[in-house]
Amino acid sequence: MADDIRAMTAQLAADPASLVFLELGEALRQRGQLDAAYKVARTGLARYPDLARAHDLCARILCDRREPDRAFEEWVTALELDPGLAAAHKGLGFLYYQAGDLASAERHLELAASGDPADSGVRAALERVRSRQPMAEAGAVPAPEAGSIGPAEAAGVPAAEGGPAPPADAAPELDGREPGGIERSVVAELEQGTGALLLVDANGLRLGGRLRAPDGADVSDPVAALLAGASREAARTARLLALGEWTHLAVECPDAHLVLAATKEGGVLLALRGPDAPMGRLARFAERAAVVAARWLEAAG
Amino acid sequence: MSDPREVLDRLSSVRGLRGSALVSAADGLVVADSLMTGVDGRALAALAASLAIRLRRTVEAAGRRPPAFLQLQAAGGAVLAAPCGPDLVLVAIATTEANVGLARLEMLEAARRLG
Repeated sequence: MADDIRAMTAQLAADPASLVFLELGEALRQRGQLDAAYKVARTGLARYPDLARAHDLCARILCDRREPDRAFEEWVTALELDPGLAAAHKGLGFLYYQAGDLASAERHLELAASGDPADSGVRAALERVRSRQPMAEAGAVPAPEAGSIGPAEAAGVPAAEGGPAPPADAAPELDGREPGGIERSVVAELEQGTGALLLVDANGLRLGGRLRAPDGADVSDPVAALLAGASREAARTARLLALGEWTHLAVECPDAHLVLAATKEGGVLLALRGPDAPMGRLARFAERAAVVAARWLEAAG
Repeated sequence: MSDPREVLDRLSSVRGLRGSALVSAADGLVVADSLMTGVDGRALAALAASLAIRLRRTVEAAGRRPPAFLQLQAAGGAVLAAPCGPDLVLVAIATTEANVGLARLEMLEAARRLG
């Protein structure tokens, strides 16, 4: 495989417009060279932003990097560009399964199976999801254990230990059902620290979740320290301009959308998504997540 | 660069906006404004500029590019801000009845013209 990678790298260097970046990125991902794979994928995406397979590649790498929220967004984008892309349905099926949303997992795996009937892995995963569903609906079994599922392998993404958290904002809101969905996904993000949700106290100390920079670096602590000041500034601005209590602060950057939501005792919750995430929806999610986070914190003691 | 006064007057005509101001990012002082009676332009300028600077530092610490638009939402209204280049910030104050989506579009266009 090393020779293949060298050959593909050389091919891409000779012809930067070549679609070989798809194979090269996947090969690097399979070798666990995730940073290199991500660079290849992002470079390819910059050249081919409307190529669904490039978004799918990116999503697989992000999944390996334990960034399920961003993987979710990439797969959703892939399906917006190519609604029949079986690989993206497989990936979303995996993420929904991890989130315990068996109905959505089943729906995406069905679409994946219809898009690629020859994929026996998807069919097997679908059967396993269906076999668990009646028990789950009856409350006889808890949400699926992380790493226990076939859809991960079927999707070509790893069944990660500890399980990547569910895509926090999208799963419950896209479906508009399963009232416990958002609570579970927020708690998973706070406990597992998947890189897109950060809970901070009034002194700038991290209480839960994690934040990662685009290069994968953990930037939780420096951002937490600055967030406390931003939260105080937001409260002061709202108070002095006679606007009452502040509820959220939406920050639109060219490469990210962020929303800060006020929590109890001067704390703040930060939700980060890609620039394609609808800001209004992200704001709603952040406000709801702040309520869930406060409950989680009380329960944690 | 367009005439700031003209741009601010147009912006302040958006329904639900109580006024807008062009502010020096470094010191929070008003460069030009178009405000309804009762809006403290100096306070709006100072507070919004300070908030914009803090948020810029925060997103940069997160490895992201500087903000293009900010919305501080509160129970009684909102403060909106759009940096115009490195030195200026366009700010506006809105009631709860404002169409923030429209105000955002107008502010981004105004920031482009003023930057």
